[in-house]
Amino acid sequence: MTLFIEQCLNGLQFGLLLFMLAAGLTLVFGIMDLVNLAHGSLYMLGAYFAATFAAFTGSFILGAVLALAATLLVGMAVEVIALRRLYGRDHLDHVLGTFGLILFFDEAVRLIWGPEGLSLPLPSWLNASIQVLPGVQYSAYRFSIIVVTLFVAAGLYILVMRTRVGMLIRAGASNREMVGALGVNIKLLYTLVFGLGAALAGLAGLMQAPILTVQIGMGENILILAFVITVIGGIGSVRGALVAALLVGFIDTLGRSYLPDILRELLSPAAASTLAPALSSMLIYLLMAIVLIFKPEGLFAAGRK
Amino acid sequence: MRKTILAAGAAILLAAQPALAQQKSIKIGFVSTFSGPTASIGNDMRNSFELALDHMGRKMGGLPVEVIYEDDTQKPEVGKQKTQKLIESDKVDFIAGYIWSNVLLASLKPIVDSKTFLVIANAGPSQVAGELCSPTVFSTSWQNDQTPQAMGLYMNSKGVKSVYLIGPNYAAGKDMLAGVASTFKGKVVGQELTTWPTQLDFSAELAKAKAAKPDAIFVFYPGKAGVQFLAQYAQAGLKGTIPLYTAFTIDETTLPLQKDLALGVPGAQEWVNDLPNAENKKFVADYRKKYPGHRPSFYGAQSYDAANLIASAVNALKGNVSDKAKVEAELKKANFKSVRGNFKFGNNHMPIQNFYLQDVVKDGDEFALKTVATIVKDNQDSFHSKCPMK
Repeated sequence: MTLFIEQCLNGLQFGLLLFMLAAGLTLVFGIMDLVNLAHGSLYMLGAYFAATFAAFTGSFILGAVLALAATLLVGMAVEVIALRRLYGRDHLDHVLGTFGLILFFDEAVRLIWGPEGLSLPLPSWLNASIQVLPGVQYSAYRFSIIVVTLFVAAGLYILVMRTRVGMLIRAGASNREMVGALGVNIKLLYTLVFGLGAALAGLAGLMQAPILTVQIGMGENILILAFVITVIGGIGSVRGALVAALLVGFIDTLGRSYLPDILRELLSPAAASTLAPALSSMLIYLLMAIVLIFKPEGLFAAGRK
Repeated sequence: MRKTILAAGAAILLAAQPALAQQKSIKIGFVSTFSGPTASIGNDMRNSFELALDHMGRKMGGLPVEVIYEDDTQKPEVGKQKTQKLIESDKVDFIAGYIWSNVLLASLKPIVDSKTFLVIANAGPSQVAGELCSPTVFSTSWQNDQTPQAMGLYMNSKGVKSVYLIGPNYAAGKDMLAGVASTFKGKVVGQELTTWPTQLDFSAELAKAKAAKPDAIFVFYPGKAGVQFLAQYAQAGLKGTIPLYTAFTIDETTLPLQKDLALGVPGAQEWVNDLPNAENKKFVADYRKKYPGHRPSFYGAQSYDAANLIASAVNALKGNVSDKAKVEAELKKANFKSVRGNFKFGNNHMPIQNFYLQDVVKDGDEFALKTVATIVKDNQDSFHSKCPMK
């Protein structure tokens, strides 16, 4: 039972982390109608900035805060310099343009930080385990990821549903021209939304950095997962992204932990141990295929005209 | 008139042909990983190979040595492409390197088919030691199963009764886990293979290992994955509760990042930097002098030996490497001083060698590895009987 609780916590942590990434992606797509393949690059930049600033200041927290600000600025700069030219054009142009940005960022990182990658060591108080429930020991760092992402998710909900900016964002998602006609500075709104998405991606990257390695191309693998989540959740829906991210997080983690045992009952041990990792990494794509069959718009399709 | 000039030109070209065939240099292709998170391993191998060339005056058999380094980016398909390029367009005399068993297995066919001499400096898939052994393929490392087999023996001596095995899902990972299971006398209570090299989050696997309550966990994660594993092992609260035993998870390329987390975690290895022979002392001292701030790892030691093995054959043949049978015979003699001490080849061209227990110690502000004991002497891999070569 403690194992199951621990695996659920692992699933929750992974799901919430993916939500940080997918929320930015779905906001940008829903509001700006922009397919942003370079979202993974911002995730990578968040991790690189955090590793650099943490080494520079000697403090993990300070490094993380600076990295968040830096990713936000880079995101807004990218929007102003590059992406503005792509609005209103075909999605294929978006894909081409933002794919170019991936190549640009990968090469820029190689030039600045070198090809070997960095590591972001945790302070000792996070590098330990704590008791979250009686009898359940859990990694302090992973638990802090859960707490931080829950706060950010709540903040995002309040921002989108309860504030004036949020109202404009939702209005922009339903009818862009009308919002512009009502005298809202849509350009500024777009820059803000893109910056917000970039900061969320950067947050995901810097939180993931101590668990994984900070390396070139780290954003590409996880970007695919983020796209799967936006597709499952319904493009443009932040709520959908949350539900889908948690689904993907749970399915991936529980699949990895229980599928080998289930397969071992059915197949020879050698075949099972080879097949299980392959099959469990396929599960989320199966989920996406099933969702697409029954709900082609995604679970929570945003009300788009 | 024009015809005569053409004919004369052709004659000169033809005359030049045998001159070209005459060896002017010894060409060696070196395939390893020089980019991405495991580039530190490739760099250590290149540094050591270069140091070996420096030590021999960058000449073998009186001929200058030319080395072409190729980056396999840790991908089998890229490794194969680079290998084919070395054979077909660079026409190298020897190929050396290969960190990853899956990259080596993908690259093996073009090497064996073209009868190019290969000196493997790390990877040791069971197939190459067994049914896929070849007269032109040699290794200065080990067969994958050997090192974990030594670890299994050590775990027996420590009185470990049950173990949980975790490793990556590729050729070497499967060999490693099979190796430790073959010599460990206790019970293997569980085994996890993770997607390689993309999966670096081991939360689900560690939770399962913890729940199985084994006496010990055995793990094989080379390169940066080993850094991540040790960090997550500590984060999951396992450090200090379930002892960890390793193979190829802690070395000089990962230790600067693992630091305290590696203290008290034993590993098995065929070479440790403090082995007390003259060649090794020279290798380690000169490496640290040439590359300040770096220490050589076993990957480097094997590459240093690979260069010396090739040189021993080329020197014996005075630079004439055209007769494949003679080159094979000379390589097989292993007539060089290995940094690991005694070194000889078995029938399958895999080394027969000692395996040591290594431990992490604090050396001033730095961390270093040291030899604690010899686990097995003159160990030969268990696949040599499947190799048809005598």
